Amino acid sequence: MFEILGLLVQGFGVALQPFNLMLIILGCGVGLFIGAMPGLGSVNGVAILLPLTFLVPPDGAIIFLAAIYYGAMYGGAVSSILLGIPGASTAVATTFDGRPLAKQGLADKALTTAALASFVGGTISVILFTFFAPPLAHVALTFGAPEEFSLMMLAFATFVGLGGDDIAKTIFSICIGLVLAAVGLDIMSGAPRLIFGDLPGFMHGINFLVLAIGIYGIGEMLWTVEENARAGGKSMLSEANMTWERTKKNVSEFTGTWKITSLSSVLGYFVGILPAAGATPGSLMAYGIAKQMVKNPEKFGKGAIEGVAAPEAANNAASTGSMLPMLTLGIPGSPTTAILLGGMVIWGLEPGPRLFSSNPDFVWGLIASLYAANVFALILNVLLIPAFIWVLKLPFTILAPIILTLCLVGGYAPTQDMHDLWLMLVFGIVGYLLRKLDYPVAPAVLAIVLGPLAEPSLRQSLLISGGDPMIFFNRPYSGPIMVVALILLFMPAFFMAYRLIRGGRPGNATSGV
Amino acid sequence: MTVRTAELLMGLALAILSAYFMWKSAELPIMWVPEVGPGGGSWPFWLSAAMFGSCIWILINWVRRIGPVANNEEPFFEPGLFAPVAYVAGALLICVALIEGIGVGGFKGIGFYGSLPLFLIFYIRFMGKHSWVATIAAAITIPVVTFLFFELMLNITLPKGMTEPLFLKIFALYYGL
Repeated sequence: MFEILGLLVQGFGVALQPFNLMLIILGCGVGLFIGAMPGLGSVNGVAILLPLTFLVPPDGAIIFLAAIYYGAMYGGAVSSILLGIPGASTAVATTFDGRPLAKQGLADKALTTAALASFVGGTISVILFTFFAPPLAHVALTFGAPEEFSLMMLAFATFVGLGGDDIAKTIFSICIGLVLAAVGLDIMSGAPRLIFGDLPGFMHGINFLVLAIGIYGIGEMLWTVEENARAGGKSMLSEANMTWERTKKNVSEFTGTWKITSLSSVLGYFVGILPAAGATPGSLMAYGIAKQMVKNPEKFGKGAIEGVAAPEAANNAASTGSMLPMLTLGIPGSPTTAILLGGMVIWGLEPGPRLFSSNPDFVWGLIASLYAANVFALILNVLLIPAFIWVLKLPFTILAPIILTLCLVGGYAPTQDMHDLWLMLVFGIVGYLLRKLDYPVAPAVLAIVLGPLAEPSLRQSLLISGGDPMIFFNRPYSGPIMVVALILLFMPAFFMAYRLIRGGRPGNATSGV
Repeated sequence: MTVRTAELLMGLALAILSAYFMWKSAELPIMWVPEVGPGGGSWPFWLSAAMFGSCIWILINWVRRIGPVANNEEPFFEPGLFAPVAYVAGALLICVALIEGIGVGGFKGIGFYGSLPLFLIFYIRFMGKHSWVATIAAAITIPVVTFLFFELMLNITLPKGMTEPLFLKIFALYYGL
């Protein structure tokens, strides 16, 4: 306990260095704007801006990106409330009550509640994080190759079992991500592998950023171009009227929701830890539970501040929760943390439990910076509301080419190879078409990051056991993890069989388990 | 084209892609190699096989009309929504092609800073219908800011094609100071 506090104080020493503090403030500001733009969320921001961080030291880089992550979670509420368009999927639940409040001329109330709830959610979850991470990392230190592979199986199985998307398409998405990660040189023999069309550009493998920026940058922009054309390019911006008196009243009303806010924070945190779940289902669940808890649930959907506080607290808490498996186990809890994890590999850090002992400054600096990022994101969020309104008034046809320019530079920077820029465009266009057909794309991004870690752990395990797959089942930690993974993997099949026996239509089982 | 037709075409295309991946992986051993463990091609081969299997599953769902996408008879692109997306995608492809050329006729490309302004002019003026003043201002400001930020501050050199000699002078000036 005291040891943890001591390390945390040390971490603050790193996080509060002037340069890092500047990165936190800058990151929060950039994240807020990215989150506030319709269609762009934390994952887009982190994917597009990761190449910028190669020139600062790793601790500064991750602090900057974590601040963007936090800022974007705060900012997502802004366009949900003012435009009625979720800034990111994580802020969908915020539109349910945030938009009605804005239409009643109470946009300031919704924005203040969202900011404060985000702060509470973020802070509660960072405290939980601080005390959960070291023991988990301690256990994870005993993990060998079989445990690592079982954990990755668990991460992929949660997408199949809990993702809620079409099962066949989810499996396809995971597998193509893993295959794309295998392009380049075979890690054991050094032989060239999957050099499509014998193009030399494939020899250095496919950088995960090429796929991530392709899908979350280019693909997302094409998606937004279509959405924007559908809306006829019209903006439905609500004005927010903020005065000191009104803000004081809003804050005191918010304190009345403390029970729902803190419960949603804890819920969001634990949902966030699960790889497939993350902030979007976390915030929707919190919204549902809040509706059950209040005295007058009929107000929900018509502008209840509990309906804004619950999802906002939960989505911020989930974003912290998803960092727990990333830092302690090397398994990302969300697409955004998958990209952060890929970044850590580029910066020369080995993600996983050893980080806690080999790079304590890095880990505790990051944790401390999360506390600081919360404070600054709250302050900036409230101060910058007029600026958000100004940016949201900018036409999409000015914003889009700026974002696309960043994507082009971001796709080129990691390898400095034109081949990758072409590949990024192909991924973007194909990813956009796949998204239109309800193929989930997040599993592919997670898979291309985990692929280079999953393959060696599988091959090493099989080498140890001489080809016997039972090695995954008869070790103390690996066994239960693998069993849970297999249960999750086959859960949809069980449901399907159950419905068939009961005489239901099989069609329901594949679409919405 | 309806969503249902698009689903079929995409399923078939992905099945062919998976088969190509399988064939390509099989260039390395795909089974157990004595003393070495799993062959170098085994991991991508069996994953590609799973991709192929899931494509077959998707196609079976299509035939049996299972799931919302396989039953969706609405057009894949609503009227008037295909053009803007195609323009943006096409403009991006042309923009990248112009950066270094595509190896046709010895054309070396006009570099990032030649093709980016063209892309911006197309997008802001023709897609966005903004005034020429705003268009030109953006087409100059955005590449200049990109250059200052990425090349001078972050040392990320972007491809310049035939405009290279021009930039050598700017760099000489900058680093000579």
